[in-house]
Amino acid sequence: MRKLNLPRILLLVSGGILLLSLARLLAHTDDLTSTGTMSAAFGAAVPIGLAGLAGLWSERAGVVNIGLEGMMILGTFGAGWVGWQYGAWAALGIAIVFGAIGGLLLAIATVTFGVDQIVAGTAINILGLGLTQFLAKLLFTTAPGGGATQSPPIFGTLPHFTLSAIADPLTTVQNKNWFLVSDIAGIISGFFYQLSILTVITAALFGLTKWILWHTAFGLRLRSAGENPWAAESLGVKVNSYKYLAVTISGALSGLAGAYLAIVATGVYRGGQTAGRGFIGLATMIFGNWMPGGTAAGATIFGYIDTLQLRDDANIRGLVLFGAILILLISVYLFRSGRRNSGFAFGLFAIVMGTAFLVSKSFPPEVAQVAPYLTTLVVLATAAQRLRPPSADGIPYRKGESH
Amino acid sequence: MTNATDALTLTGIWKRFPGVVANSNVNLTVRSGAVHAIVGENGAGKSTLMKILYGMQKPDDGTISISGETVIFNSPSDAIDHGVGMVHQHFMLAENFTVLENIILGSEPKQGLRLDLGAARLRLEDLARRYSLQVPFDSFVSDLGVGDRQRIEILKVLYRGAQILILDEPTAVLVPQEVDELFAALRDLRAEGITIIFISHKLDEVLEIADEITVMRAGTTVASIDPKSQSVTAGQLAELMVGSELPSPTTSGNTVRPEVVLAAANLTVANRDGKHVVDGVSFTIHSGETLGIAGVEGNGQAEIVDALLGVVPTSGNLSFLTEEISQWPTRKRREHGMAFIPEDRSRQGLLLDAPLWENRMLGHQSVAPNGGGFLIDPHGAKTDTERIVREYDVRTPSIEVSASALSGGNQQKLIVGREMSGEPKLLIAAHPTRGVDVGAQAAIWDHLRNARAAGLAVLLISADLDELIGLSDTIAVLLRGKFVATVDPHNVTPAILGSAMTGAGVSA
Amino acid sequence: MKLLRKIGESLLAPALALAFALVVTSAILAAFGANVITVFTQMWDYGSQASAIALILNLMTTYYLSAVAVAIGFKMNLFNIGVNGQYLVGGMVAAAVAGHMSLPGYLAIPITILVAMAVAALWAGIAGWLKVSRGVSEVISTIMLNYIAIGVISYLIVRTNIGEAVAFNVRGTRTIPLSGQMPGFTLPGADTPVYGFIFIAIAVGIGYWFLLNRTRFGFDLRASGMSPSAALASGVNSKKMALYAMLLSGAIAGLVALPDLLGSSHSYTLSFPTGYGFTGIAIALIGRNNPIGIAFGALLWSFLDVSSQQLDLIGVPQEIVTILQGVTVLAVVVAYELVRRNKVKAGQRSVGLALANQEAGA
Repeated sequence: MRKLNLPRILLLVSGGILLLSLARLLAHTDDLTSTGTMSAAFGAAVPIGLAGLAGLWSERAGVVNIGLEGMMILGTFGAGWVGWQYGAWAALGIAIVFGAIGGLLLAIATVTFGVDQIVAGTAINILGLGLTQFLAKLLFTTAPGGGATQSPPIFGTLPHFTLSAIADPLTTVQNKNWFLVSDIAGIISGFFYQLSILTVITAALFGLTKWILWHTAFGLRLRSAGENPWAAESLGVKVNSYKYLAVTISGALSGLAGAYLAIVATGVYRGGQTAGRGFIGLATMIFGNWMPGGTAAGATIFGYIDTLQLRDDANIRGLVLFGAILILLISVYLFRSGRRNSGFAFGLFAIVMGTAFLVSKSFPPEVAQVAPYLTTLVVLATAAQRLRPPSADGIPYRKGESH
Repeated sequence: MTNATDALTLTGIWKRFPGVVANSNVNLTVRSGAVHAIVGENGAGKSTLMKILYGMQKPDDGTISISGETVIFNSPSDAIDHGVGMVHQHFMLAENFTVLENIILGSEPKQGLRLDLGAARLRLEDLARRYSLQVPFDSFVSDLGVGDRQRIEILKVLYRGAQILILDEPTAVLVPQEVDELFAALRDLRAEGITIIFISHKLDEVLEIADEITVMRAGTTVASIDPKSQSVTAGQLAELMVGSELPSPTTSGNTVRPEVVLAAANLTVANRDGKHVVDGVSFTIHSGETLGIAGVEGNGQAEIVDALLGVVPTSGNLSFLTEEISQWPTRKRREHGMAFIPEDRSRQGLLLDAPLWENRMLGHQSVAPNGGGFLIDPHGAKTDTERIVREYDVRTPSIEVSASALSGGNQQKLIVGREMSGEPKLLIAAHPTRGVDVGAQAAIWDHLRNARAAGLAVLLISADLDELIGLSDTIAVLLRGKFVATVDPHNVTPAILGSAMTGAGVSA
Repeated sequence: MKLLRKIGESLLAPALALAFALVVTSAILAAFGANVITVFTQMWDYGSQASAIALILNLMTTYYLSAVAVAIGFKMNLFNIGVNGQYLVGGMVAAAVAGHMSLPGYLAIPITILVAMAVAALWAGIAGWLKVSRGVSEVISTIMLNYIAIGVISYLIVRTNIGEAVAFNVRGTRTIPLSGQMPGFTLPGADTPVYGFIFIAIAVGIGYWFLLNRTRFGFDLRASGMSPSAALASGVNSKKMALYAMLLSGAIAGLVALPDLLGSSHSYTLSFPTGYGFTGIAIALIGRNNPIGIAFGALLWSFLDVSSQQLDLIGVPQEIVTILQGVTVLAVVVAYELVRRNKVKAGQRSVGLALANQEAGA
């Protein structure tokens, strides 16, 4: 997979949808690409995508942000705390601010004090968790409708809408369960069904990121901090300022992800609601080769998988079949490019999945629970070696030090 | 005496760091539109002076004046604003950016918020044409070679309106044809009134291109020479640099014994793109023999070392003391008597944050006196480290300090002492005196000579042609992964060797 | 004298960090209207009673093992964030096996321990293999494996007959018979025993020190963590090293569930504590991967956790200590970095000075 340009991407995407459609028919699980499922999938993609985007901003400036999870937790907490008293929009604002503060802390620790980035990120995760647990117990236990680990319901909601002109006719097509056509219809109608404004904002943020980082001087300098900060410094670029900015923005985006979880997805702050999405977001960014487009695509895939636990249990069967066939194809690809050991391992995995599909009539809910994390592992194992992170990503930089 | 036509003048510059005075009372006058060379050996203070000149460091005392006006540089941007541009020895380029992006970084032309690449491109095409500095603007730097990269660095400073160019060891990594291209560009620049400061220790090149020469030694300027009015030889310059007769590494007598220690047949190493960076190389080294490998950096020397150590996949045969070792892991090779002085000691030879006695164990952690089998013996290692510090004159207050606290020369002496212990059979010495002060250099040469006389086989790689000629019994010339010539050091001069290294063949 | 100075130097950074964290925590407490002095004296009073001390020692044992597991990885620059998943899987399988054994104690207990270590090592090995063969970051893969572990365990306990009814409405692994439990000892005045496993934890600590400083494997491990390129040139096989380090780290992680399982709960249920892994990371960072430093860190953490348990009674959420702990961790890593930079500069200065003196005297 040398270069991924547009024709190749379209080919892969079409192949994926084709495979999904096939699996749906063979497994008789027609909810797999229904409007409802796809709508939920796009929704679930938002926090993961925002986390991936957050990781992207930070790593493009050369700082690995493992603390995304902690910053997201701060965001969910902020949203819950302000939300039940002042409404959804205020919740949104505060979540972003709280996340940004987390980012700022990471920036101070890593850029100014030079602490190892992963250590500092882990410390932020610990601190974020502890702080929110403490404050939640203190503030929410006696609040109406709240509890020790949950805020009262957020007052009001963010607007969402359905574009009936597109969604309705396509839903009809989707209900016919035709091979491939119905699936594509389901995917498109799903996007415009119950579309949250936050989803639209997220999509816009992806586009904005692409433009800022690749078409402005600001973006060039920020990326130079992640590619060769010493060269940038020698040309008068204030590298540390860009790192600070990038990491703080990273925190803000994580906070926004938390806001989605608290305001749109559940309507409350609840302890543990981030469930590792910060880390899945990082995996999405890696999958997307540190580019906004790829990250968005990865987020959609992960969002789809994340959705499964909420939908019909039977869906799992269809997805297991899809997974088995896909992993088999990957295994073949690995064998043919000479990586026999990995190919063998993947092949084994595919056989296990295939057998599971053939043998069982239904899968326990734990499979759906585990699916996003397992998928992350599989995706990373497939893709990790072919990618191009920013050259100076994760490497400590000190102003004035010779290189 | 500052003249208004002088492009740059330094008066009484001092710079101190913890534990060392890098520059003391440096005085320098550069005439406008001239090519001014600054020469000096390692540790003479050239790099610190350069950092001061281009704004990376501020002097503790003294003044800098440009065209008669005193200036203070707080950062490289200030220097650039005053027309001083630095072309680094180790290129500062972002691999994943295009040539254009690398050049405009920090001085981007904009239309509102948007990058305006078109305007930059026009200007750069003009500059490139005027000064013979053509480069492909839309290629990624990672795809380009050394000559192109240097041109990008020069264009970077010209784009920002530099009138004074500082080039730090610009020919260190160029083959002679690329040196000619560079000198042609420098002459074009000089013709248009640009002042060039050229730092080098390659005295023959300096004499070819320079209009003025300043010699630095031990942190200060010791001589200022106009090669047009005073005829001066490379040897005289060298003596000014060192302050006395140069120690010359000569070996006397033939210590080569009949036993073959290392035999390589058809050694080939491929890089990630499949190119053969070492291409079917064969050689033998006998006990008591030193084989020198001459070649411009980047022609496969580092990969030959990697192949011998066993850290890269290699094809071909390799036998060490009559045993076929191509499949042996690195540890086994080292345990059987393969010693290694690495080219980059901080990357491959030392654990900078560890104390000296732990560094003594590095590479030998499985053999006495450091240990044996499963366990290690700190007491044995410490005692032996004391011995090495004594015998090899490693200047340190104790063996508990971290390796990072030692100077380069003392670090290297520790490494040499470590590698010579334990009666090695083969020593791979890659640039053993690089970055080492003259005193330590002479000491290391002594140790190499003595070990050779005692039967040690040595593979010597060096860019210092005098060192190579003086210490080797045979010299093989490496070009693009192949041996293209074998010379007898007794019949060769650095000039002849240098020309052989470029593929011009061996001819007097 | 030099030794005392060395100890003092290494304690300075964490002491300062702790002080800073105390200030921040006091500020938060005061901001919410609590009486800072009361809170801390209450904690000390409760924590110094014999029963509390027993609980502290027991928790400390668990924390210590977790931190050592993490530290082994840290020494090689590997971040084993998966200690959580590793000890849960290791503990559950070991508990299930122990529940079905009716061998005498001197056989049953070592078998249980070995099973826990082997299973946890395997779980960690997945991440290790992914790293060396496919270049997957162990940070992400171990975290993913944590979540997968929870799912797998939940499935096994709830939906297979590995889980049985061990109490009213509680499913868990079969209760370990008396022969397979580990005896403890009771401190005078305490009403709970101290786990016998504490001795094993001490042995692990000694073994950890010995491994790192007296074996070739330990040297190779530390060298790989300090400079992978230098280690490679010295004969270390970096891929094998990374895999071994992960396996070893996982094996020690497997021990983390055992003090509890063999000393008090005797059955793995879904309410088994699931956060010991993160605590281990925090303590390893504070103790700077040093066996004694980790012991101090574990003691501090367990004291805070136990003595805060009844803060709820005076109206202060006991989670205040998690803030204290979180701030301490962040402050400590900053402090250590500052100390390290200072040390490098001071080292260079001292060498320069000493050499100048030598030359002056010579």
